[in-house]
Amino acid sequence: MKTQNQKAWLFVLPVLLLVAFNAIIPIMTVVNYSVQETFGNNVFFWEGLGWFEQILRSERFHAALGRQFLFTALVLVIEVPLGIAIALAMPRSGFWVPVCLVTMALPMLIPWNVVGAMWNIFTLPDIGLLGYFLNHTLGITYDMTQNPVAAWVTIITMDVWHWTSLVVLLSYAGLVSIPDAYYQAAKIDGASNWSVFRYIQLPKMKNVLTIAILLRFMDSFNIYTEPFVLTGGGPGNSTTLLSIDLVKIALGQFDLGPAAAMSLIYFAITLLVSWLFYTLMTKDDAR
Amino acid sequence: MAKITLSKLRHSYYPNPAAPEDYALKQIDLDWQDGGAYALLGPSGCGKSTLLNIISGLLSPSEGRVLFDDRDVTRLPPDQRNIAQVFQFPVIYDTMTVYNNLAFPLRNRGVAEAKVDERVREIAAMLEVSDMLNHRAAGLSPDKKQKISMGRGLVRDDVNVVMFDEPLTVIDPHLKWKLRSKLKELHHRVRATMIYVTHDQTEALTFADQVVVMQDGEIVQIGTPVELFERPEHIFVGHFIGSPGMNVLPCDVKDGQAFIDGRNIPLEGPVRDGVAARAEIGVRPEFVSLAATGLAGTVRKVSDIGRHSVVETMVGQNRIAAIIEGETPGQGDTVHLQFRQDQTRLYSGGWLATSSRGAVT
Repeated sequence: MKTQNQKAWLFVLPVLLLVAFNAIIPIMTVVNYSVQETFGNNVFFWEGLGWFEQILRSERFHAALGRQFLFTALVLVIEVPLGIAIALAMPRSGFWVPVCLVTMALPMLIPWNVVGAMWNIFTLPDIGLLGYFLNHTLGITYDMTQNPVAAWVTIITMDVWHWTSLVVLLSYAGLVSIPDAYYQAAKIDGASNWSVFRYIQLPKMKNVLTIAILLRFMDSFNIYTEPFVLTGGGPGNSTTLLSIDLVKIALGQFDLGPAAAMSLIYFAITLLVSWLFYTLMTKDDAR
Repeated sequence: MAKITLSKLRHSYYPNPAAPEDYALKQIDLDWQDGGAYALLGPSGCGKSTLLNIISGLLSPSEGRVLFDDRDVTRLPPDQRNIAQVFQFPVIYDTMTVYNNLAFPLRNRGVAEAKVDERVREIAAMLEVSDMLNHRAAGLSPDKKQKISMGRGLVRDDVNVVMFDEPLTVIDPHLKWKLRSKLKELHHRVRATMIYVTHDQTEALTFADQVVVMQDGEIVQIGTPVELFERPEHIFVGHFIGSPGMNVLPCDVKDGQAFIDGRNIPLEGPVRDGVAARAEIGVRPEFVSLAATGLAGTVRKVSDIGRHSVVETMVGQNRIAAIIEGETPGQGDTVHLQFRQDQTRLYSGGWLATSSRGAVT
């Protein structure tokens, strides 16, 4: 048998340690909590799958999960087509390319809690630029602390503002990698603009779009900071997304067992949807 | 089908060209006859792709006109010119099947589906890709992809011209030859005008009936492969075509006679008037022989290239290659060189300055 160089393990070791401390060990702690009941003082009682059953039957969980799926679906439906459209409209060469790219990247560079605070102030009815304009200039009653619809419109708009750029930049990267000959051939073949998009640009963007949608799905499904700062889950429970509800249960009510079970279910859903989506999108390439 | 006329064509990639070197195409006047097989031959950067893109309409010339059968198409976009172009790298529509790829140009023009089917199957049979019509085009090898690109060009039966822009660049050497003969065969069958751009003389000479040689944005010679080989109009053509290229030797001109180091070199015919005192003699290695008398030189290198050998000698500062059959001298030997008179020409300022005896000029 051929002797193999085993040195590679040495290089993997730091990563393994890092992942162990920031992912594996915390998750195992959560698993530990999810199957036990504790009243403090490090006293634990075995609970089995009781917490999981309780969470899965809980109407509160169903409602939060429903809101979460609605939020993610709206975000994806708006951001992906909008991102592609902006990427198509961006110049491919010349002076304006770096200007566009940097402008596009700006929202993504802002810390998440700052984004929440910005939009909070921006939409205040009495002093916020947008809030004041809508209420006092246009005469539209708009107050996200009172009206659930206004709250939803605000968090969706905020997320679109914050993250559409990611779709734009990834799509743009896919677009600029298409050689000129493709466009020239399409012109000669008499292809319409739609055909060029459908048969050249979209197929060439497929891989980056898969990544973009995957990232946007995971990020929006796990979103916490921005809506927490912006609406705090209100008014009422109307914008209480899964993560906000989870923190309420874990740190507000200190129900560590149910919170741990909920985190694992939450994690499993994210993983399952991502895996399904990725498998479906890359199925054709394997052939 | 159409005759293509290029009239006073000039093109520059700069917005305000002033000097001649700002022009990628200096001045092109050329007729492409209907149904001809042409090659556009020249080194990289000589303007041949620019010329091609002007004919196809991907590029609009700075000056001059493009006529298809006396119809001015200079400002028409490619899809209204009814032309086809095959690019250096195969362009295929990845998500479509081979069949749909071939049908694409027809469907875009609203051709009836029955007619589409007929044409696609006919072209597929010609290209020998009938068995893969239902395969996804993405998984094919580069040579098959390039065949599909060619097929998309040929599938319309009313194309004015099919243009090939160095189409064999990415093809494996052993398949190049096959595709090239396929192309030649296709030309005989479809009888469309074809223009084949390449920097490879073998490709140009095997494909074309007429070869257009370009250098620095200018056409230096148009002719059949034989004409280009036997009677280069310009030193560049002599250099560029042939392996090794034509020998070029500086000489003195006195009273219509050429001299190298004081020795008179007989030329093919009379020298035209107004040739400067310093000019160049051009003679192909095929027409240089070793003899008992003649220019004396030292053998620098002998390469056996199969059926014959290339003997490189130094005559003064000049290198002269000779193609010799049979016995060859050794390195360092002194030899005498003779040039076949009817193949020895004078070039002045790069251009041919002798006329052959008996030729009507």
